[in-house]
Amino acid sequence: MPELATAVRELTFGEAIKEAIAEEMRRDPRVVLMGEDVAEAGTTFKVLVGLVDEFGKERIIDTPISEAGFTGLGVGAAMAGMRPIVDIMFGDFLMIIMDQVANQAAKIHYMSGGKWKVPLVIRATMGATRRSAAQHSQSLHAWPSHIPGLKVVVPSTPYDAKGLFKAAVREDNPVVIFEHKISYRKVKGHVPDEDYIIPLGVADVKREGTDITLIALSSMVQVALGAAKMLEEVGISAEVVDPRTTWPLDEKTLVESVKKTSRCIVIDEGYFRYGITGELASLIQEQAFFDLDGPVRRLGAMHVPIPFSPSLEDVTVPSERQVFDLARQMCNK
Amino acid sequence: MSTAATKSPSKIPTDKLLRLYKQMVAIRLFEERVNDLYTRALMPGLAHLYIGEEAIAVGVCEALRTDDYITSTHRGHGHCLAKGASPDLMFAELLGKEAGYCKGKGGSMHIADPATGNLGANAIVGGSAGIATGAAYASKYLKQDRVAVCFFGEGALGQGLLYEELNLAQLWKLPVIFVCENNGYNEYTHFSESTAGDVSARADAFGMANETADGQNVREVFAVASKYIERARKGEGPAFLQFKTYRYHGHHVGDIARAYYRPKAEEQEWVTQRDPITLHGQWLMDNGVADRAVLDKVQADLIAEMDAAVEFAVNSPYPDPSKVDQDIYA
Repeated sequence: MPELATAVRELTFGEAIKEAIAEEMRRDPRVVLMGEDVAEAGTTFKVLVGLVDEFGKERIIDTPISEAGFTGLGVGAAMAGMRPIVDIMFGDFLMIIMDQVANQAAKIHYMSGGKWKVPLVIRATMGATRRSAAQHSQSLHAWPSHIPGLKVVVPSTPYDAKGLFKAAVREDNPVVIFEHKISYRKVKGHVPDEDYIIPLGVADVKREGTDITLIALSSMVQVALGAAKMLEEVGISAEVVDPRTTWPLDEKTLVESVKKTSRCIVIDEGYFRYGITGELASLIQEQAFFDLDGPVRRLGAMHVPIPFSPSLEDVTVPSERQVFDLARQMCNK
Repeated sequence: MSTAATKSPSKIPTDKLLRLYKQMVAIRLFEERVNDLYTRALMPGLAHLYIGEEAIAVGVCEALRTDDYITSTHRGHGHCLAKGASPDLMFAELLGKEAGYCKGKGGSMHIADPATGNLGANAIVGGSAGIATGAAYASKYLKQDRVAVCFFGEGALGQGLLYEELNLAQLWKLPVIFVCENNGYNEYTHFSESTAGDVSARADAFGMANETADGQNVREVFAVASKYIERARKGEGPAFLQFKTYRYHGHHVGDIARAYYRPKAEEQEWVTQRDPITLHGQWLMDNGVADRAVLDKVQADLIAEMDAAVEFAVNSPYPDPSKVDQDIYA
């Protein structure tokens, strides 16, 4: 239906998330959102501005600066019939709430033999290059991914963010969503003005290609797409695959892409050591070893506390140029 | 129980006075069998016995409704039983059997039971303060009149989460009762070596209603708990209750040589002078509520029930190893 193309609606990444939350709150009165400065302030990133006008302060709830406290409260509320969303302003604060997330929320269903459920959404942010230094810039999505009982969502586009967020709210399990801070305003895209769900655990091929697979998550999807364009100019066809969730993980789509292209780089903004890239590279090598032309390569955040100075910070995050250079080297072009 | 119809010598009805006794004896007998199972190497892992502290779980839970919530601790068997759990399914869980409350996946420190409002025992000291407060929040938001009780030992007074929840509970006037069971020892350390200031002053700092009472007197526990639970149920906010008590056994069943951290004479004094079951039994007899024969019958019936429960658990099968990765996700 090409005549509809003119009517395609574009939203920013942040607007898509706000729309997802608003739609789910309209649909289900048990959904509430709580966190620091979420009501009138609409969060420090202004992503939720206006929600309190529609839903009131009983459902868009300002909390004390007490992350472990309100996350623990969210766990209990979820067990007792609510579907809370707790807002963790910076993903770095995950450390503060980790007992409630990893020892409580993640394990309650299993420890109770399947009797209690914890339908809790924890939304946190990730991403460097905002000059926020070492305690407000990390991408820690590998941490909850390590814990059985949690699901972890890392959306890269406004379309995915809305569909995945809505799926997370409807989950009967605790879900941690990492929203990339830079993407809130910078990344725009088509988002249907309707109710749709993207199931957790389904990867998406963001760009088709034949020579090399770039597996990228969150902010690194844009980096991979940028690199793919550069690679096209030198005659290399790159496929960009976005897992969209680190757990559940769509192993099949990742492995099939690499079997087709025979080369793979995994790109993530989390720390390079002991992180997502290592996990995915090992998966590819286990399941596509005989189809590979060479080792799976990885690009991740440097193994340093994220520095403040722009000249230092910018080199810690993988860039389009690094992806381009590595891919070219791997393709011998 | 022919005496049940007689006029009660206290504000507590006669049948409730006898029920308090029966529930305490049930916990004592349960825990004695846990110790026995451990000693006979029939129980995997460890258990933390509640013997000596029975009056608190019973006094508080007898003031709750079945649909009220509790969260419990690593020393939680008493809370679970007092809230209505079945001894057979509890023993089965302690032995890691399929028939157990958690299909053998939780064990002694994680018994949970939605049917009795038990949100779960918790092996992180103070770790359930948020869960109890959250259940109270849900009760208020959903316009139910359920109350949540958070049991914790005085060891949890060192944990930050507890204070965050005290703040949230008081700020939002949530129907949650924080019950501090002060048995004097953080594991193997006297609480005076770990705890600065006054315990109830912590609640005062948040403007939270609070009371300290004798945890060996089940009638006193019941009366105090009833007062604050009903207050919370009416929407008048949370409370912090401290009950002074004593843990007769070690930190866990294997903690036998204890002289290095507490004197034997101290243990003997509590066991012989301040036992909650002996004291309440004597009070029932002194006040004509029950005679020795009635109390003996209560005990004999419970012994039969507990022995049958142990037998059920011992004879139950272990879960099939194929179940190991079930129940991770709902």
